[in-house]
Amino acid sequence: MSVNILLFKITLLFYSVATVLYLVDVVRRKEKAGKTGKAARWILVGGFALHCATLLARYLEAGYTPVANLHESLSFFAWTLVGIFLLFDIRYRMTVLGAFSCPLAVILMLIGSTAPTAMKELNPALDSWWFPVHVTLAFLGNAVFTVAFVAGVMYLLQERMLKSKKFSALYYRLPSLDVLDSINYKCLSFGFPLMTMGIISGAVWANSAWGGYWRWDPKETWALITWFLYAALLHGRLTVGWRGRRAAIFAIIGFLCLLFTFLGVNLLLSDLHSFKAMEGP
Amino acid sequence: MMNIIVVGLSHKTAPVEIRERVAFAPTDMGRPLHEMRALPAVAEGIIVSTCNRVELYAGTHAPEACVGQLKAFLAAYHGIPAEQLEEHLYDYQGEEAIRHVFRVSSSLDSMVIGEPQILGQIKTAYGYAAEHKTVGSVLNRFLHKAFSVAKRVRTETDIASNAVSVSFAAVELARKIFGSLDGKKVMLIGAGEMCELAARHFLNNGAASVMVTNRTLERAVKLAEEFQGQAVPFEEFPQRLHQVDIVLTSTGAPNFILGQEKMEEVIRQRKNKPMFLIDIAVPRDIDPKVNKIDNIYLYDVDDLQGVVQANLKERQKEAKKAEVIIDQEIGQFSRWLENRDVVPTIVALRKKFEEIRQGELRKTFSNLKDLGPKERQAIEALTAAIVNKMLHPPTSVLKQNQETASGSDYVDAVRTLFDLEIAQEEDDSELS
Repeated sequence: MSVNILLFKITLLFYSVATVLYLVDVVRRKEKAGKTGKAARWILVGGFALHCATLLARYLEAGYTPVANLHESLSFFAWTLVGIFLLFDIRYRMTVLGAFSCPLAVILMLIGSTAPTAMKELNPALDSWWFPVHVTLAFLGNAVFTVAFVAGVMYLLQERMLKSKKFSALYYRLPSLDVLDSINYKCLSFGFPLMTMGIISGAVWANSAWGGYWRWDPKETWALITWFLYAALLHGRLTVGWRGRRAAIFAIIGFLCLLFTFLGVNLLLSDLHSFKAMEGP
Repeated sequence: MMNIIVVGLSHKTAPVEIRERVAFAPTDMGRPLHEMRALPAVAEGIIVSTCNRVELYAGTHAPEACVGQLKAFLAAYHGIPAEQLEEHLYDYQGEEAIRHVFRVSSSLDSMVIGEPQILGQIKTAYGYAAEHKTVGSVLNRFLHKAFSVAKRVRTETDIASNAVSVSFAAVELARKIFGSLDGKKVMLIGAGEMCELAARHFLNNGAASVMVTNRTLERAVKLAEEFQGQAVPFEEFPQRLHQVDIVLTSTGAPNFILGQEKMEEVIRQRKNKPMFLIDIAVPRDIDPKVNKIDNIYLYDVDDLQGVVQANLKERQKEAKKAEVIIDQEIGQFSRWLENRDVVPTIVALRKKFEEIRQGELRKTFSNLKDLGPKERQAIEALTAAIVNKMLHPPTSVLKQNQETASGSDYVDAVRTLFDLEIAQEEDDSELS
């Protein structure tokens, strides 16, 4: 087993332990995080450090930014997700956000661990500096929107309880609607530029690799649909005062589109963005 | 052995007419404390007097006599016939007394379980007793233990979390909607005690201002002055609704004064900024359909009562956890109390000296290897005789004073002088 695979497995173990601790902490009927929540945070930080090492090891071994097959992409996605969550955690200190985000990272990693891990030669036409720039921007955008999705789910749960006046233990742990809504806005204002730059850098890269900026392949089409969706939400927020439930629902739909753009297109529809296309002759 | 006694009455056993007659004035605690301490069976004493309970805590060597004397004292001091008071009084001894005081200070015996005032009241009562020097080493330690138990209960259980009054429940709900209440604006429609109380809680928790409206403008002006807010004529308030985040209504209107259409318009004007409407009026002032509008949260008085009931139920669940904590602490404290008894003290003292004697003998014998069995026996006997002779006077003083009030002072002195306090120190580290 090569070093990066071993590191990947240890990272997954760390993330799983952190997830379990987050979930254990969050079911208690308390306002604040307990010792388990704090332990979960540190284990997650440790896992993230290991994940950095995993990616570095794979980069050195493969000689390209490791986002060229499903295994690598999922691992990279999980890495950006955990990184972005930890950034949010510095600002909001919200164990409950971890309890919702970490399971997603673990699921991504679990699927990633079942995917073939073999490294192939990268198609020389794609070997360019635009490759890491494009994928990093795109995945950072994805990760930020994933947090928006998580906040959206939390908002809908909390709003449901406040409207129906039936409170479960989660009510006490979930933050206020105002905080959840501001996370939605913050994610949007960081995620949207990231996504936009991701699409533009992709177009520039496509031009240098294939000699054309835009080819309307399914990935590009779906990315554009998703982009319009988030653009509409941002516009609605800024002008008409969309917020709360509507913004939360938008963030959830946007995330589902994003997921389809990322996975569905690659797995169901074959095109230039499929992993096959990444391989050299 | 020193025993702890509790005699008293509370909201559970006595109506307010009785409670107010036996209450002690906080301005004059010296006299009753000294009179209580002067009772023949009482070695140490504390008087706790709140609007919900009056209790006497005493350390005594004669529990049975002590209970009678305390009851008689309570009746005589307040000039109430003893027979009349008797039916309202309870008394506890030993472990039951310890449990009772731990439960009271942890607020498990309060009218509203988990309310925080009682601990402060007991601390004050202890302060008076300490000031007038009516507490000794036993009650001293006992009360500190009770404080630490209360603290443990408070930190390890959720007994005091979540509001158990309607107005506080409203504030907690507002926090879950708005996050911080800083800068939020409140409108008060109509007047009512509960409404005004809630408005005051909102202000205390950060709300920026209060707008008051009433069918009679003078009433609104007067109330607005009280809150340093703004009075609005009743006809104008609908035009001002979009400026406020929280609305409290309690008018006597027979029909809804706010309907769905009006509120939809208001929330549009506010660009969907959330609103929290609290309708305390019966019959209701706001059409319940308003709750269906996005970003508006409408609670009527029953909804708030529901929240309070759920929180109370939660406190009762937490109280069960608290009882477990108290059970553990009782065991610990009674062990300490028993160890302070004369007999265990003498045993500990003898054990200590015997250990020293054996240790020194071992050293001497290992240095003097050529001693014969006869000499060894002689040295053994000699050292044993010295120890016995030295221990005889302190032992008999302890025994003689066993039943007197100063008995525990001798026990304390012996335990300190001969360093027999190991068990107690372990306890202390837990306390701090």
